[in-house]
Amino acid sequence: MSNAPVDHGRRRFLTIATSVVGGVGAVGVAVPFIASWNPSERAKQAGAAVTADISKLEPGQLIRVEWRGKPVWIVKRTAETLQQLELVEQNLRDPASDVPQQPAYAQNRHRSIKPEIFIAVGICTHLGCSPTYLPNDFSAQVEGIRAGFFCPCHGSKFDMAGRVFQAVPAPTNLVVPPHMFIDDNTIIIGEDEGVV
Amino acid sequence: MMKTLLSAVALLASSLAMAAGSNIPLDKAPIDLTDKASLQNGARLFQNYCLGCHQMQYQRYSRTFADLDIPEELGMEHLMFTGEKVGDHITNNMSAKDGEKWFGATPPDLTNVARVRGANWLYTYLRAFYADDSRPFGVNNDVFPLVGMPHVLQELQGVPYKAYETRLVDGQPKQVYVGFKTDGSGELSAEEYDRAVLDLVNYMVYVGEPTRLEARALGYKVMIFLLIFFVLAYFLKKEYWKDVH
Amino acid sequence: MFKNLMSWIEYRLPFMDKMNLHVMQYPAPKNFNFWYFFGSLAMLVLVNQIVTGIWLTMNYEPSAEGAFASIEYIMRDVDYGWLLRYMHSTGASAFFVVVYLHMLRGMMYGSYQKPRELLWIFGMLIFLVLMAEAFMGYLLPWGQMSFWGAQVIIGIFGTIPFIGEDLTLWIRGDYVISGATLNRFFALHVIALPLVLVILVFLHIMALHEVGSNNPDGIDIKKDNDGTVELTEADKKFTFHQYFTRGGKKVIVDAIPFHPYYTVKDLVGVAGFLLIFAWVIFFFPEGGGYFLEPPNFEAANPLKTPDHIAPVWYFTPFYAILRAIPHPFMGAVAMFAAIVALALLPWLDRGKVRSVRYRSGIHRVNLINFCVSFVALGVLGVLPAEGLYTLLAQIFSFTYFGFFVLLFFYSKNENTKPLPVRVT
Repeated sequence: MSNAPVDHGRRRFLTIATSVVGGVGAVGVAVPFIASWNPSERAKQAGAAVTADISKLEPGQLIRVEWRGKPVWIVKRTAETLQQLELVEQNLRDPASDVPQQPAYAQNRHRSIKPEIFIAVGICTHLGCSPTYLPNDFSAQVEGIRAGFFCPCHGSKFDMAGRVFQAVPAPTNLVVPPHMFIDDNTIIIGEDEGVV
Repeated sequence: MMKTLLSAVALLASSLAMAAGSNIPLDKAPIDLTDKASLQNGARLFQNYCLGCHQMQYQRYSRTFADLDIPEELGMEHLMFTGEKVGDHITNNMSAKDGEKWFGATPPDLTNVARVRGANWLYTYLRAFYADDSRPFGVNNDVFPLVGMPHVLQELQGVPYKAYETRLVDGQPKQVYVGFKTDGSGELSAEEYDRAVLDLVNYMVYVGEPTRLEARALGYKVMIFLLIFFVLAYFLKKEYWKDVH
Repeated sequence: MFKNLMSWIEYRLPFMDKMNLHVMQYPAPKNFNFWYFFGSLAMLVLVNQIVTGIWLTMNYEPSAEGAFASIEYIMRDVDYGWLLRYMHSTGASAFFVVVYLHMLRGMMYGSYQKPRELLWIFGMLIFLVLMAEAFMGYLLPWGQMSFWGAQVIIGIFGTIPFIGEDLTLWIRGDYVISGATLNRFFALHVIALPLVLVILVFLHIMALHEVGSNNPDGIDIKKDNDGTVELTEADKKFTFHQYFTRGGKKVIVDAIPFHPYYTVKDLVGVAGFLLIFAWVIFFFPEGGGYFLEPPNFEAANPLKTPDHIAPVWYFTPFYAILRAIPHPFMGAVAMFAAIVALALLPWLDRGKVRSVRYRSGIHRVNLINFCVSFVALGVLGVLPAEGLYTLLAQIFSFTYFGFFVLLFFYSKNENTKPLPVRVT
């Protein structure tokens, strides 16, 4: 046993250095455990962009495609529907789509890239029910308006651009997912030129 | 005691070498997972010659494309034939039942074949087919005798056969086996064929463990880190133990 | 404020006192050598197995249809899944490496002798549960070796007269190893056995701290306080928890507090171990075909037996004994006896001197005989049971049991060297 006095500086330095390096190591070890909770390749592939063919879509018709486990609507709006979008604006909560429920390229009156083709996630922004598409009978809900979306769960109403009416439970407009046109008849949902 | 132990170890080594299942010596396959060109060619060969019967049902196309630096559009155009999505697994449409009917056994999945058999085995096996009229597909294999698989790479290699020459043995003319030869009908020369098989095996080794390179790269960093930690811990221990010694 | 809170807690749960008792003021002999690393390393590997195991269950699917594919899913689709899986599979082998060396340490320095018999028994129970844990875990990947290895080992129970057939049927829950077997093994592997293991480890450490650690000299560091013990400057330097002096009835010599001296020393051991462990995980995760056997990369196929079935390397010494005996049931009995003999060491060894350092030459030779036999049996257990191998396995089984028989006889009146008064 040496009688030399303890070199406290050296001891403290080594203790701190070892602790710091050990701490870095502990963080490093944690990385794989934390990263493994990320969506796996399988989940990513299941959530990958989906392609929809709209060559057979008739005016007024709605088709559904599944994207990330959610229903996505593709509606071909008639000229009459497009005209009526303007009529309801004073009854809407967010007519100009100020709340970012859509990509920038869909922040317009028809909330879409092409006016007649409307694409939205078919889930009510209130509590997640899927609203019903009423192509002809919407006037029972809003007078003089032929078509719209009505949520059977709590009575929320949306116009044909997915904009929510005032005095219903749903707080915001329907979500428009990122999408893009490959050509006139092919749409990719879940991917656009900006965001991959 | 020591002697018996040593002989036991020697026996162990020799019997492990034999565990591959056949007695012919295996050629060494110089695998290089960093050779992207080789892996790409291997993927092309697999898609064209193997996928008809064998699947890689745990490997995704997108994984192969990303790891081998194949642009997705190019890969989808040249390596995917059945209109699947790029994130799908590499599978075919042959049912297991059909496989059993046609080949006597379902052609095995090849995702992990390099980990089951080893690269050297595959490399030697694919170069060990030879013409044999007694077999249903007209070929037999030196590494896997009586194998139920046709020689799918025949259009590349040509028809291989076991060559015999008449030589004088102890003054008597005898038929002596001198190795494989081909009839020259293949698209590739012997060296080119070996290279192509190596590419294919290289690809199968990659698919067996697609994380190999990532593991290696991370491994070096971890080892360096642990060395630093070891040195620090050692000096820390020495410092504290001055109290004791 | 903080102090008040601490004493409030301390009054209700004496946490600091227990920390002092078991860590800060635990008297550890000052002469531990590298053999004493393996206890703390076993603890480290246990934690590694538990944590990586929990993470693996997050993506593993315990069904005959999905198990193999879910392992491939972990290896390929889950971020860092390959690393978690290799940590677990390599950890299994590392566990046995560390535990075997830990046991050998105990045998060399007589750590099983009075008063540490119960400590040794707990250790043997841990070893037994660990083997069950490893065996059941090996079925889960549902590869060819998982399936056929389990077939062989469950078959061992089938050799028991009268009840064997029914017993194997009950273990499998089916006429073959099937999803039913897989599910029950999964349940036992991920929760039941780990729980038992953790409890046993707790008891093992409690038993250790009650009797105190042995050391390479095998002499006591707690002496009766009868006034004859000369205390050195070093002995007066450290304070130990009063529990260990039994209220002044004992004096402690040649000891140092576990913390910081052995925590920093074990840290060196941990770093050294991790260097080897990481090297295997990142560069040789198959362990040359011994940690992950090649046939196990092929999904289980009840209709196709691999050419050669060998259990994982850590079972092979016992497996070789099993096969060395021509009669199946007697083979199983011999295998079990090989483990029981180890557990009975405290009573088979009738010597009074613990450490091999001060025991007779015959004991040294006998210990070497044990190591050689054990390793040779391990090698032979991997090889096919034929001809010369069977003969060798019989010879080494004989020398393995010979160790215990010889020990029992010569230890009674052994020609030992004089023990030092103080540790060296």
